[in-house]
Amino acid sequence: MLSAQILQNLKDIVSAANVSNSSTDRITHSFDATQQQFLPEVVVHAETSEQVSRIVCLANAEKIPILPRGAGSGFTGGSLPIKGGIVLVLTRMNQILEIDTDNLIAVVEPGVVTGRLQREVERLGLFYPPDPASKDFSTLGGNVAECAGGPRCVKYGVTRDYILGLTVVTPTGEIIHTGGRTMKNVVGYDLTRLFVGSEGTLGIVTQIILRLLPKPEARKTMLVAFETIDGAAQVVSAIIRGKIIPTTLEFMDGSAIDCVRQAMPLDLPPACRAVLIIEVDGDQEALDGQVRKILSIIQPLGVLETRIAATSAESEAIWQVRRSISPSLRRLNPDKFNEDIVVPRSKVPDMIRALEAISTRYGVPIINFGHAGDGNIHVNVMVDLKESGMKEKVQQALNDLFRTTVALGGSVSGEHGIGTAKAPYIGMELDRATLATMQTIKKALDPNNIMNPGKIFLDTAPETCPPFQSS
Amino acid sequence: MALQKSLEDYGPQIAQCVRCGACQAHCPVYLETCREGSVARGKIALAAALLEGKIDLEERLLQELSLCLLCGSCVTKCPNQVPTDAIVASLRRRITTERGLSPIGKGVAALTGSPNLLRGLLKSAEWLSPLLFKKIPATSGLQLRFSPDSLKGRTLPPIPDRHLFARIPEILEGEADKPMVGFFAGCAITYLYPEVGEALVRLLQTFGYPVFIPRSQGCCGMPALSSGNGPLLDKLATANIEAFATRKVSHILTACASCHGALTGHYAATDNTRFDTGIVDIHVFLQQEGIIDRLAALPKWPQRQRVTYHDPCHLRTQGITGEPRALLRALPQVEFVEMEDAGLCCGLGGTFTAAHPDLSRAIGDRKLAGLRASNATVIATACPGCVMQLQDIVNRAGLPIKAIHTLELVQQALTEQP
Repeated sequence: MLSAQILQNLKDIVSAANVSNSSTDRITHSFDATQQQFLPEVVVHAETSEQVSRIVCLANAEKIPILPRGAGSGFTGGSLPIKGGIVLVLTRMNQILEIDTDNLIAVVEPGVVTGRLQREVERLGLFYPPDPASKDFSTLGGNVAECAGGPRCVKYGVTRDYILGLTVVTPTGEIIHTGGRTMKNVVGYDLTRLFVGSEGTLGIVTQIILRLLPKPEARKTMLVAFETIDGAAQVVSAIIRGKIIPTTLEFMDGSAIDCVRQAMPLDLPPACRAVLIIEVDGDQEALDGQVRKILSIIQPLGVLETRIAATSAESEAIWQVRRSISPSLRRLNPDKFNEDIVVPRSKVPDMIRALEAISTRYGVPIINFGHAGDGNIHVNVMVDLKESGMKEKVQQALNDLFRTTVALGGSVSGEHGIGTAKAPYIGMELDRATLATMQTIKKALDPNNIMNPGKIFLDTAPETCPPFQSS
Repeated sequence: MALQKSLEDYGPQIAQCVRCGACQAHCPVYLETCREGSVARGKIALAAALLEGKIDLEERLLQELSLCLLCGSCVTKCPNQVPTDAIVASLRRRITTERGLSPIGKGVAALTGSPNLLRGLLKSAEWLSPLLFKKIPATSGLQLRFSPDSLKGRTLPPIPDRHLFARIPEILEGEADKPMVGFFAGCAITYLYPEVGEALVRLLQTFGYPVFIPRSQGCCGMPALSSGNGPLLDKLATANIEAFATRKVSHILTACASCHGALTGHYAATDNTRFDTGIVDIHVFLQQEGIIDRLAALPKWPQRQRVTYHDPCHLRTQGITGEPRALLRALPQVEFVEMEDAGLCCGLGGTFTAAHPDLSRAIGDRKLAGLRASNATVIATACPGCVMQLQDIVNRAGLPIKAIHTLELVQQALTEQP
């Protein structure tokens, strides 16, 4: 328990209304989208960098664990207070400070919701491309901490590609400034890239300078149905070889199609075992040319059906097919293990075949969909943990899944991060020296291990820990 | 026996929340407070903790549970359709059972649960009318929306000198081939906006429908639901079902979105609290009966007013968004324009505005940008509560815009000349 003195110190910094250790506030800040629950000792809302700095100084001096929280919508436990301590909520630091149309940059506070920034810049004819599925509620601070991705990354890259500079409160309470407002900047180490994707373990981001693009004039959406996942993979490779980079190249495999079909009628040919959703954007004139070129590439490859949206309503209907997967998943089983592995694009069919084999081997349904264009597959192992022996079965299935991923030259997480959920597997991918280098950096910046402790790196040796902790 | 579901009954639905956070994008209260306890996910976590006995009804918990408009926006956008509005209502009933009614809840009970009101709206109205003649008295239930704090600087409709039931008979005959329709008026239309009720009845009569407006109908129960008064909600539901059981009607029509939401059992109602006849929003009825098409055939006026539409939460969350717009587009004197954020809550939320006046206004003010950009001179909507709140929003902002019920425009189209 935190002492009355520390609670008072916190209240002196942010006012009493922004500090609470009531059961109510501790419970409402005890979870994220992993559905695990750990109670913090106190919940603090901050509104300025200076307040954040003073709070972190206090936490560091008293060796109290502290972690930043945005929307709390992460899938890997990044915002879970697994060691108790202070949850520092930044959702009220939500000002868009500047949109600079001369230099195509925006300066924002970390609590700004990604979708809101996108709407605001699009009003000015500008564009912020990263589009995680949670963009309507996740915050830019959280996107920076996890280096969020999304379907548009095929063409536009991920969050790190749009971060020019950061204001960060380090674990010892210093306010530092990385990068700046220019595209070019080689002064000193690239600390911006270090902090992007650091999952709140190296400091708390309090201001973000973002790079913007001109907004593409138009978009075109098409759906292509295939008899096999190999057919879909061939098309993906052929499109990329044809020097076309679509905005998005999403796929659903047979398992995902079956899953949606159980929940609702799906307007696809009966023989369809894979679907690609392709979207291109750019100038209206160039767009028609791109679509023609894609069609000419696709036609000889024996697709079942191609549907091109003529209106935005038709485009919406195509995306609805993709969006209907997640809600239909829980009809299969109550518990979901949601992995976001990534393999080189050309290895997607190998990975899907391996996943089918793993599903059969352990008798657990595995539903796959995601970003074919960049090899990022959302693998959903759907089980009922109440069945005896299921926990162990899932653990073995996940072990096989990650080993195969790494063997194919892939990564255990493309865009969700490590947090606690993937921490047991990090050793499969990173060799000891690499891991040690990361831990050296962590130790140098956070000597007292107060900043989001227990994330990314396990206290115990990797692979001996179960992939989930009981809530 | 209680007709409403208990918190325990909602256990399986509470377990359906996967804490994804999608509700944050749609909760009018969270968009203002940015605090996790305001939003559905936080409230569901609290409900789960209560069921598991991990928390008691502490003061902070009561505060967080008061921060819900029961608008249902989170429910329609929830990937698992967790009925947070109904769960919050059941939580409030538990609080009331264990802790007694809040001051606002007592006010609701005093007005909407009065024996007079249950014996007959007409009589209760007589009982109320001296109060209503004074500008919103301290004990009136409608006036619960106007606690002394929330009253400050608020625009209120003038209190009409004769309520709806003093203006129209209980039964109006119609053409022989037309079925009789019932009309559930609700408190706001009966006492504050009787002209809206009259417009509805006149419209139905114009197209030949016999109408039944039972005098024994009472409050829809939304304030009782909102303040956690389960026994009162049961009593009102039973009284209203009985009121309409006395005569065969083809539909029970509503012109108040909140009444529609309450009566359709959209909230906690069990099988025992359903009407024999379907509850139908007037706009849906007009569409189904082809009346909108007939209105569209009226000759257009040379000068038309620019009208936009605000979606009341309790229609929007039931998917009733196209019919009111279709009606507005059909009217000869209306040039309909869509506004941005038409679906944002007006912030009234029944008793919410009394408990949280500043927050209620802040939520409402989010409508202003879209409203200004629309260049409309009239904002029409389908709920008298929204009409009142919208007029307050535009008046405080100093905009020359009139908030009205869609039926008032229908009335104008049928009775006025260009």
